[in-house]
Amino acid sequence: MKPSYDIIVVGGGPAGSMTAKYAAENGADVCVLEKTRDIGYPVRCGEAVGHDGVTQFVEMQKNWIAEKINSCTLVSPDGTKLDVPFANETGYILNRRIFDYDLSRIASKAGAQIFTKVKVQGLLFEDDKIIGVKVNHLGEDKEIKGKIIVGADGVDSRVGRWAGLKTTVKIRDMESCMQYSVSNIEVKRNNMTMFVGKNYAPGGYLWIFPKGENFANIGLGISGKYSKHKSAKKYLDEFMSREFPEASVHTSMCGGCPIAYPIKKPIADNIMIVGDAAHHINPVTGGGITPAMKSGMLAGIVGAEAIKCNDQSEKFLEKYVKAIDNDFTKRHHTLYKIKEAISQLSDEDINGIARNIDSIPTEKRTLRKVFMSSMLKKPSLIIDVMRIFTGL
Amino acid sequence: MINIIENKCDFCGTCVGVCPVNCIDVDESSILIDNNKCIDCDLCVYICPIEVLESINEA
Repeated sequence: MKPSYDIIVVGGGPAGSMTAKYAAENGADVCVLEKTRDIGYPVRCGEAVGHDGVTQFVEMQKNWIAEKINSCTLVSPDGTKLDVPFANETGYILNRRIFDYDLSRIASKAGAQIFTKVKVQGLLFEDDKIIGVKVNHLGEDKEIKGKIIVGADGVDSRVGRWAGLKTTVKIRDMESCMQYSVSNIEVKRNNMTMFVGKNYAPGGYLWIFPKGENFANIGLGISGKYSKHKSAKKYLDEFMSREFPEASVHTSMCGGCPIAYPIKKPIADNIMIVGDAAHHINPVTGGGITPAMKSGMLAGIVGAEAIKCNDQSEKFLEKYVKAIDNDFTKRHHTLYKIKEAISQLSDEDINGIARNIDSIPTEKRTLRKVFMSSMLKKPSLIIDVMRIFTGL
Repeated sequence: MINIIENKCDFCGTCVGVCPVNCIDVDESSILIDNNKCIDCDLCVYICPIEVLESINEA
């Protein structure tokens, strides 16, 4: 580990690795500091991702894919099952352990230096200016100087807070999540199943994402508005004992998913925040891999430019904010509004919508039609939804 | 004051994300709550997916 770098990336997930890759490719001297002993472990993720999302940045590798997905089933509170085949979309359930690991290798190949077991304990200041980080690396306290510090440190981000940025998630915008990776279950292959309704997961959904024969990630997220009364684990345990009492649990994991607006100000002098830490997550699906990679890429490119131009001021780093704004900010704002509208639907409303959709023949069902049908309950949202699907 | 139930935490950091006063520090295998900074809002108790935290009423 060197005493100084141009750019220090805190966190070795997809956001951190993409930041490092693009910053290094564009000429910056970059390091990635990961607090755990392994990149990609422990996994805290349902692991679903779209083909078009990932392949914007990297070529899909066979060993990243646990299952290819070409349809989804939505289950309403009364148990109505709606099969929706994907028209043009292809999805995957990933092996995040391998995926994250390989992304960090890609970053390293681009020239970034990766370190694990580095706990960042605070920022290093000189005359109120951020000049690096204080770390503990394998038991040894160190200081590392950096011209730009990138917070890719996830839902529990502290880099932003140390720099005075508002990365705290409102409890109503935090999903409390629990997941088991289980075997010894019957699971429909190449299909993802989502259960909605207050009995399964209030303010969120329950998912079954297959990962090979008789194996799946089964998890749920519930809104922080409801988790006070009953925890995510309790909801999931009830579902498991009802539906899969014979299942073997190979991994138990929990975590938080911020389904919020992207933070307004993810920059300060010498600071950028990316990925989950900046609430770059699709607020409807909770999918965060693609937006994390995107904000990482954009931060990496802008960061390298800031080094070249010898200007790491907040004013210069606004280029990163503009780049995100031009990419997904508006879309996430609309998706957030849709999430809010969906969360106001009662179980009865959802059952009604499900019955409507059930009358559309399966082969004619598209995600778009399902969505449009749902929106009839909330006509004011039709315009927003149209915008999303037409890309306006 | 928040009590951490021993050997229960998975160190996922969800509590850190909602803490309004940044008084929780989660590591790969440890969790610390600075009870001097804690304002007893109990948001961390409510959001924890696996019920690791409990509020202790000092009164």
